[in-house]
Order: sequence, then structure tokens, then C-alpha cells
Amino acid sequence: MHVIIIGAGEVGSSIAASLADAHEVVVVDVDGERVDALTYSHDVLAIEGDGTSLDTLEEAGVERTDMIIASTDRDETNLVACGTAKTVDDPFTIARVKNVDYLETWQHAEDRRAFGVDFMVCTNLLTAQDIVRVIGLPAARDVDPFAGGRVQMAEFEVGPDSPVADQTVREADRFDSLTFAALLRNGDVEIPRGETLIRADDRVVVIGSPESVQGFAREIAPSETPSGNEDLVIIGGSEIGYHTARLLEERGLHPRLIEQDPDRARQLAEELPDTVVMENDPTDAEFLAREHVDEADAVVAALDSDEQNLLVSVLAKQLGARRTVAVVESGDYVDVFETVGVDVGVNPREVTAEEITRFTRELHTENVALIENDKAEVLEVEVDAESILVGRPISEAVADLPEGFVVGAITRDEQFVVPRGDTVIEPGDHVVAFVGREALEAVSEKL
Amino acid sequence: MNVRVDWRASTSLVGTVVKWLAVAMAFPLALAVFYGEGVTTFAASMALAVGVGWSLEQLDDDPDLGAREGFLMVALTWLAVSIIGASPYVIAGQGTVAHPVNALFESMSGFTTTGATVMRNIGFEDHSRALMMWRQQTQWLGGMGIVVLAVAILPELSVGGAQLMDAEAPGPGITKLTPRIAETARALWRAYLGITALEMSLLFGLHLLGFAPNMTLYQSVAHGFTTMATGGFSPAARSIEFFSAAVQWLIIPFMVAAGTNFALFWHALNGEAEMFAEDNEFRFYVGVLAVFSAVVAVLLFADGLAEQAVVGPVAGEVERSARHAMFQVVSLVTTTGYASMDFNTWGQPAQYVLFVALFVGGSAGSTGGAVKIVRWLVILKSIKRELFTTVHPEAVRPVRLGGRSLDERAVRGIYAFTLLYLLIFFVAGAVVYFDAARTGMDLVALDAMSAVAATLGNVGPGFGIVGPMNNYIPFPATSKLFMVFLMWIGRLEILPVLVLLTPAYWRS
Repeated sequence: MHVIIIGAGEVGSSIAASLADAHEVVVVDVDGERVDALTYSHDVLAIEGDGTSLDTLEEAGVERTDMIIASTDRDETNLVACGTAKTVDDPFTIARVKNVDYLETWQHAEDRRAFGVDFMVCTNLLTAQDIVRVIGLPAARDVDPFAGGRVQMAEFEVGPDSPVADQTVREADRFDSLTFAALLRNGDVEIPRGETLIRADDRVVVIGSPESVQGFAREIAPSETPSGNEDLVIIGGSEIGYHTARLLEERGLHPRLIEQDPDRARQLAEELPDTVVMENDPTDAEFLAREHVDEADAVVAALDSDEQNLLVSVLAKQLGARRTVAVVESGDYVDVFETVGVDVGVNPREVTAEEITRFTRELHTENVALIENDKAEVLEVEVDAESILVGRPISEAVADLPEGFVVGAITRDEQFVVPRGDTVIEPGDHVVAFVGREALEAVSEKL
Repeated sequence: MNVRVDWRASTSLVGTVVKWLAVAMAFPLALAVFYGEGVTTFAASMALAVGVGWSLEQLDDDPDLGAREGFLMVALTWLAVSIIGASPYVIAGQGTVAHPVNALFESMSGFTTTGATVMRNIGFEDHSRALMMWRQQTQWLGGMGIVVLAVAILPELSVGGAQLMDAEAPGPGITKLTPRIAETARALWRAYLGITALEMSLLFGLHLLGFAPNMTLYQSVAHGFTTMATGGFSPAARSIEFFSAAVQWLIIPFMVAAGTNFALFWHALNGEAEMFAEDNEFRFYVGVLAVFSAVVAVLLFADGLAEQAVVGPVAGEVERSARHAMFQVVSLVTTTGYASMDFNTWGQPAQYVLFVALFVGGSAGSTGGAVKIVRWLVILKSIKRELFTTVHPEAVRPVRLGGRSLDERAVRGIYAFTLLYLLIFFVAGAVVYFDAARTGMDLVALDAMSAVAATLGNVGPGFGIVGPMNNYIPFPATSKLFMVFLMWIGRLEILPVLVLLTPAYWRS
């Protein structure tokens, strides 16, 4: 495959490095020094030039390329680059953005082709999702968002002390909008029935609304999962801090957020009804002690600079916070953070590069997650009128499909629909389904 | 003095509105012809309206309204309309309302939808049917707002219209439902007209079915006019007590509707009926009505179990206790002012609950008066916030109203309004009390307070001598004029009138 990567920053270089072995990679950047450095460090073709100009793109071979990845630090540049490439030919375009508004616009467009972008990755949102997974669902081995975050797939390991061990699936499934998609036992994928017994050391794959997944996590690993009474503190009202609070709210948690700028604090307080927003200097130790940050179960440092994040997370840890998570803009420092006692350092660029790489490897137009090294997939499809699923109850449709197919969740007009045996799927619905490997080929055809 | 307000422009537009008032008088004129009561009263009043209106219009042939002129125009419109609207009472020369001060009181009470009366013998013995209908109709015109009506039909008001409606509309600020303000005004009036017509036909339907012998076509129209306006005038001397229980039950939901934000009806007509369930103010409003009604119902019912019952026929009877409690609570909270029985005969605890109800008021954007339920809701919410920020001084907490957070200036404005309202209530109570003492009138302090609360809040009846079956005739003329002022500022929510009294408004 021929791939053009625009932007040779941390994200671009990292993607280039991981794709270079298997694909022909061309990297475009305006900075000559970076281009030189890349030429020597990786087996890629590096071109100096502006990724939004047609000349540069043609020089990079846009007319015969299969994929364009726009990963510069500027959202608008990335969008324009994708749009420009689409005027020449129809390569698959991936754009990285920071601003969630662009992602929402893109998701809002019927065919998801707004700005000439075929797949969009939002750095701020991904980072926030990562942080929320770390502090909200520490028990989960894997969590993947679907349908714009309204559906979640999560994989949990059942510990020996877990309350659901030795229960049947029917007993454990107390959540309305949650589907037990699969049990992974001794490396085999098993589709659970109501009477299937869950044993210790099994891994369960559930699909449902974020809130129900959170609730289930509480059932399966009560000691590790925040129950809603936990004290979660976010320091810094950056975009990442805001989205972290928003996602935690979606899970029924009530975080606190500290922001120094009065206007920003007011704005955040208006947008986050279930978050207590406080306006103060986050490095004021006396204030932190008065607000009992020392007793917090988790502290997230999401300020704008790495130095401040390091300071507040070490401070919080020293005061006695149980877990600290810090946003680290510069990838090289993640280790430094974790060495001095910060529990987890999250690097937005690394998260983004990983997401793009993962997506490129799988190269499906719809969202996909792999389970247990390719033994099964969770995929999201928008069904059209021809699909076998449409127009009849799910139980009938599933009977015509091979064993190993489970409808996990449905979203209709951006609303979560609980799939039950008698639910009728309509054209245009997004279906998140679990598919075993054996069934995969047959299923993809019929959907 | 260097006046910086273009008062000519304002007065000229007031003239336009006054001129159009003649059209409204066509209805009682037609009734007068129908009942053979002579056309002089209304023909003369129409001529007066056109004459005065036309003369005022000559002050400025191309009026251009700014923000300041808007306040002046709105305030003067209500005053001028009430004065011209008083002319039929004077010209007809029937009963106590023929006295100019009484006529002005009755007219202002009509247009501001207060419902306080200075008519001694309500009914058709002393007064013509046309005049009684004019009295009902003034309330209907004032209900949704004269200026809103003017914006809806007069193209010359479309540009400054939002400003004008803002100055007149009950509650903090108007919501523009459509891009064009005239369209919004029309939508509000259409909803108002539609529900009024529905009530009239249902009332008359009850009559035809035999459930309401007294509810004739005339009475149905008359009560349709004053329910939806939260007015409270009735051509029947004993108000709604004159009609059957079925009529009383039917009027309750219409009073509730009249106290609801009319924008909600507009949304419902556009297929968004769920807005009712989601609207914080509406939920709070219904909750307040339910709690007050339940308390009063229990008090009325339990009074029958006491050794010396004072309530008489109601006590101990479930349906009657519930009906009268609910009717009276809804009537006073929405500031309608109808009476299904004389609540002066009730026990003190129940009367006290009704006294509190005088201050609640309808929703913003409804036809109800008083403080308005949304302000109380915001005040309660910000008190809750104060309690929280006392413990956590750094916390930033916007006051939220149904998912939307309120600007701090709006919250401050609500505090200021409510405090001002209460302040005026206390000062005005003292004024009325002293004025009574000056003229040797025997007045109980509580009665004076209820009279002030009932006129300032545009409710109508108070307690004691101004109870629902009594009237405001005993007050001296000075007090009556003062109450005309209270009704006027109460309808316009005080500030648009008060601002006219500041030197800064006229000069800098």
C-alpha cells in the first residue's frame, strides 16, 4: 500500500515508523530539518513542502496513493490537506484534529465524508477517553468506544473474589442496556446463553451504554471500580480536562474540576452540570488540603504545560491522593513522570498515533475492535435497506446467520436502543455486533 | 431642562394604539344594538378614542423609537388605554362606576387584568349588558398584552417591537419564538385566542348539555374573556359561585393554562409537547399549585371535624373541600381572582395560605401577574448555591434552569425585582392604611395589606372588606388613585414605570 503522511511531528513520525516495514510511506513536512532527520532514521521518502498545496501532494504521488494521513498539529491544515487530495483522486483520507467540534461535524454528516475526510481522529477526545478508562474502569482489560461514544465494548477478567463468579449470565446481567457478547475461556470464544455459568478466570466481553458498562464494572470488580461516591479530581480545565469530566459525568460519576481562570471556570461550570468546578490556583497546597484533595481516589493533572502537570501530580501524590494520572504533552517525559511517582502518564500524541496505526492496519471503513488476537471482532455497521437484519425482529435475523453473531447495541438517530429478541432494526441504524472469526466472512457478506 | 427622550415619538405611537381601541369597542356596540340598549355610550367612546388617538398621532408624523422611547411608550400606552377605556363607564352613567375616579379604577383594573371592582351592584339591573361585556373585554385585551397585540398588527412597531414586548411581557425577558418579532407576537395571540375560544365553547357546551343552567352564551363569552386573561371580572355578583360545580371544575384547568408560559403552547402546537414535561418552571408551577391546594383542602376538610366549625357547608365533604380549595388556590396563584365561594368565611389558617398565594404569581410569558413563579424558583436555586459556596468558597456554580445556566446579571435582576416588589408592598400598605386613617375609614391593617397585594399583583380580591364578594368602594378617592398606580406598575413589572421617574432617564 502507498501511504502519504502529512506532518512529520511526533504523531506523523510514529505512524511512519510503524507502517514503514509493510508499506510504501511518503512523509511531507514544511520543516526541512525534520524531513532530513526522518530520511535517515526510517526507510521512508521524506519531502519538504506544504501538505495543503496540490504541487506538493502531486510530488508525493497523490494520484496513485491508497491512503493519506494528515497528522500535523494544526486542525485546519489537516482538513484542507484531505480535501485537496480528494480533488485529485479518491484515496482513503485520515485526519487528526484536536477540536471536538470538527469531529462532531464530521460525525453529523450523513455519509461521514465531511471535509473530504474518511476517518477522523480527535486527539483531545481520545486522550480523555484514555484517562477515563484508566480512572473509571481500571478493571477493564480493554475498552473501545463505538457510535460516537454512545456505545462501549469492554472486556473484563473475572477474578476469583468477583461477585459474579459462579453466577449464570442471567443472574449477572442486571443492566437493561447491556449485552453479554462473549465469554473467553481457555482461549476459546463462547457465545453465552442465559444459563451459561461464569467462572473465575473467564473473560467477559460486554457491549452497552457507557453507564451500564460502568455499572457492570462495579458488579464484577467492586474494589477497583469507582462507585459514584469516589472522589475524582481533575486539575486544569483544558479541553482534555473538560472532556474527561464530561465522560465521567456520562458514566454517572461526579468529578471535581479546578481551574484558575475565572472566565474559563464559569464556562466549564455551565457546561458540566454534575461537576463541581472550583476557581483557584491548582498549585496552592493549602487550598488542596482544605478541599481534601489528599483523600481523593484519583487526581488527573490536565493543565496546559508538562511542568505544571508534573508539579501538581507530585504534589497531590505527596498529599496522599490514591492514584494520579497526568497528561504529558512531550512523549519523552512519560517515563520521567512515572519514575517520580505519577501512576500513569498519558501522551495525547502517542494515543493518537496508536489509534491511527491500529485503524490503518485493520482498514475497515467502520469502527472495529479485535478480541483476543483476532479470534473475534466487534464491529459497527450502518445497515441499509438491503441488509439481512432490517425490517424484522433480531431473533429471526440472527437465526439466518451463522453461530457466533451477537447484536450488542443499536443506535438510532444518535440514541441508544436496547436490542432485544423482538427489536426490529430499521435502515440507517448503527449496529454494534460481536462476530466470531468463523462467522466473520459469512456475516460481512450478508450485512 | 434638556430632555433627551423623544417623547413626541412615544406619544404619537400611543395615539395610534388608542385610535385602534375604537375597533375593540365595536363588539360592545354591536351588543348594545342587539339588546336594544342604545348606541350613544359606545358611539361616543369610539369617537373619543379616534379623536384623542388622532390628535396624539399628530405630534410626530414619522415616529422613530429608541430603547428609552420604548419604555415611555409602553408605560403611557397602558395609562392612556385605561383612561380612554374608562369613558364608557362615565358616559353610561350607571351605578357607582359612573364616578370618574371609580371609572378609571374599574378600567385600569380591567386592562391590567386585576379584577378588583368598585361596582356596587354587579349585574344587569343597574348596568347594560353591553357595558358589562366591555368590562370583561378590557381584561381580555390586557391579558396577553396590549403592546404585544399592537406589535402583532401594526407594522410600524416591528423594528423596536422586541424592546417594547420586553418592557411589557411578564417575567424576566421574552423568548423570541420566530425570527420576526411580529410573527412571535402573532403566535402568542393565536394561542391565546385559540384557548379562549375553546373555553367559551366548552362552557357553552356544558350549558347545552344541561350541566350549567346559568352559563348562557353571554356568560360563556364573558368568562372566556376573563379566565384566559387571569382577569377575574364576572358579570355575576357572586362570581363563579353563581355557576354549577361542573363549571367550576372546568374553569380550573383553564386558569392553570392561563398561568402557563404561552411559548409552551406554541411549542406544543409545533409537535413538541414534551417541552411541558421538561420545562423546570412549569413543573415547579404545577408542584406549587398541587401542594397549596392539598394543604388548603385538608384545612377545609378538617375544619368540619373541629368543635366549632367556621367553614360551614364545605367542611367534612371531600368533593367540595377539594373543589373550593383547588379553585381558590389556582385562582389566586395565577392572579385570576375568581371566587367559587366567599373565602372570607374560611378559617384563619386556610386564609393565611391564600394570602401567601397572592405573592406567587403565574409563569413568565403567561397572563398572570405578581412576582412570577420563575423568580421564586431562581431565588430558591441561588439560595441553595449560597449554602454550597459557603462551604466551598472556590466553587463556581451557575444557577441552572432546565439545562440552561442563567447569566449572573439575570439572577441579580431577579433578586432586585423581588426585593423591590416586597418593598413597594410594605410601603404601599402603609400609605393605604394612613390614607384610610386620615379620612376616618375603619380599616384593619391586614385588609389594607391584602388590598395592596391584590392590586400590585393584579390579583383582584383580597381579604376582609376587599374579600371576593365585596368591593373597593369604601376606600377614599386618593387611595383608589394610588391603587390605580399600583395596578399600572404591577402589570408592567415596576421597573419600566419606575425608570421614568429617574432624572437620569430624561437627561443624560
